Amino acid sequence: MSQARFLLRKLLVYAAAIMICAWILIPIVLIFMSAFADPHDYYDIKKVIPTNFTIENVKDLLITLGEWRAVLNSLVVALLTIAISFPIGLPAGYALAKYFFPGRDFFRLLIIGLRMFPVMVIGIPLATLYIRIGLSDTPVGVAIAHASLALPFVILITSSVFASIPRDYEEAGLIFGLSGFGVFSRITLPLALPGLAAAAIFVFVLSWNEVFVATILTLMNRTLPADVLVSVLEAPDPYKFAAAFIMILPAMAFVFIARRYLVTMWGIRLR
Amino acid sequence: MTVVRLENLTKRFGRVVAVDHCNLTIRDGEFMVLLGPSGCGKTTTLRLIVGLETPDEGRVYFDDEDVTYLPPKDRNVSMVFQSYAVWPHMKVYDNIAFPLKIKKRSQDEIKRRVKWASKLLRIENLLDRYPDQLSGGQRQRVAVARAIVIEPRVLLLDEPLSNLDALLRVLMRAELKKLQRELGVTTIYVTHDQVEAMTLADRVAVMNEGKFMQVGRPREVYEKPENLFVAGFIGSPRMNFFDAVFSRGVLNAESFKLSLLPWQTSLLEGYEGRTVKVGIRPECIYPPNLAPRAAKLECIDGTIDFVEPLGSDTILHVRVGDITLVVKVPGAYEAKIGSSLRIYLDVEKLHVFDPASEKAVF
Repeated sequence: MSQARFLLRKLLVYAAAIMICAWILIPIVLIFMSAFADPHDYYDIKKVIPTNFTIENVKDLLITLGEWRAVLNSLVVALLTIAISFPIGLPAGYALAKYFFPGRDFFRLLIIGLRMFPVMVIGIPLATLYIRIGLSDTPVGVAIAHASLALPFVILITSSVFASIPRDYEEAGLIFGLSGFGVFSRITLPLALPGLAAAAIFVFVLSWNEVFVATILTLMNRTLPADVLVSVLEAPDPYKFAAAFIMILPAMAFVFIARRYLVTMWGIRLR
Repeated sequence: MTVVRLENLTKRFGRVVAVDHCNLTIRDGEFMVLLGPSGCGKTTTLRLIVGLETPDEGRVYFDDEDVTYLPPKDRNVSMVFQSYAVWPHMKVYDNIAFPLKIKKRSQDEIKRRVKWASKLLRIENLLDRYPDQLSGGQRQRVAVARAIVIEPRVLLLDEPLSNLDALLRVLMRAELKKLQRELGVTTIYVTHDQVEAMTLADRVAVMNEGKFMQVGRPREVYEKPENLFVAGFIGSPRMNFFDAVFSRGVLNAESFKLSLLPWQTSLLEGYEGRTVKVGIRPECIYPPNLAPRAAKLECIDGTIDFVEPLGSDTILHVRVGDITLVVKVPGAYEAKIGSSLRIYLDVEKLHVFDPASEKAVF
């Protein structure tokens, strides 16, 4: 009896796991397949799975349609977002992790609270402000807006990375001859680096995928998702899939690289 | 080599007084053990000495230099942490060499010193590894090597053996003691384990609630506890305690009497007719035929309530009226629960404490 129930349980767990995997994987596989499918195969009603593949779609999109400029913009904006949000967020995360000060918990709550405001609320005022100060339609402008979206995550993630580094390592540094800053740069930072790298990739993906603010704040210098939204919408299907393929790459890379650090980041160690 | 002197040292955390006006002088080259239950302030005292905390009151002196507000890096001290705190992002060699590199010693000297320290702790073959690839015992050796490589003025150890398994702990204990002798460095060692304290220490400072209850050689602390706390804390099984009324050279407990020796009577002069706390160690009570001849003994009849065989020893719980006396006998001793037993107390070894101040009368 109990063995039958055990087997049934196992079966249900597997079924659920397979369904969840399928839910995530099927769209990804579909995107990959369609992005590289020969347009003839793609439009052939008799073929569900294309057999002839080509890189023409991606090439056309990037070069002929000039989408490479949007990719470049996206890259610049994402890197600038990291460059802006980390110098601000890192010290805040460190302070939250390592020091006790009055109002610390309230401050933490406030940071999470920042995320309550929808992007639309800051999008429009930001656009008028940018036009006035000449930041409109520039990568820097978009990056500043993205940094403000990313900052709460940067603070919270880095603070949990720093909190996971045992105090003993730092105190040993103090005793064996380092100053406070020396301990940070030679002990804490190297130990935090994998986690911080994961946080940086997270911010990169966040900026890479952001559409709304990027659409409002730019006109000519569009980032990839904003440009895809406007221009590729009217293009044939294979181009849409090719665009989706380019969009999805960094996120995939992030998951593969940062998977282990993300898991340890929340205090559980999985090897 | 350094004399460490604590003067009126006090540290508060909010309303809790962790270290309470402590005075202590640790001699040059001495192995001093701070012993006490958890939360007694021993680790805080250690942290005040290395400089990881600054006191609210009082001073810390190394020789005649006031180091109270000196940052740890300028004190030239070393510490071995309970968690070892061997940096995981550096190889063993770099861990040990680190204090020397920071102090900008020459490459030659660094190599020589690391070699010396790693040889002393027998970890020469591990220098190329990362700490994750080491066992707990090996990591501890690395931590000790790192601590001695700079010839510190004072070496501090915070429960360094508590994360090792029992066998390794005994081994490491002996080795630490030998190492300290060889180096002659002033050493302060924090532990809650009285066996470690007894075996390692030149002197033990027993702490409770932020105060030093007694400072003395291990034997002294064991044989002449100055107060009720030390008497109860040191020794396993614990000392037996019971109340008795003193009257004309006799201690009258609930269900038995003990007549004292003349020197004991004269020390108890002021306690005529008053209740005092009496203590006697389990190994100073004997069953018949095991009592030493020469001693002045008092016999009491009791019943065996409970027997704990420990192998080398057997612990008997003997009930006498309302009092249970714990008796330590050799492991081979045959005892039956429920049978009656006449026990012999060595009167010379009695301890008497003032019930109000808890200080020892003798």
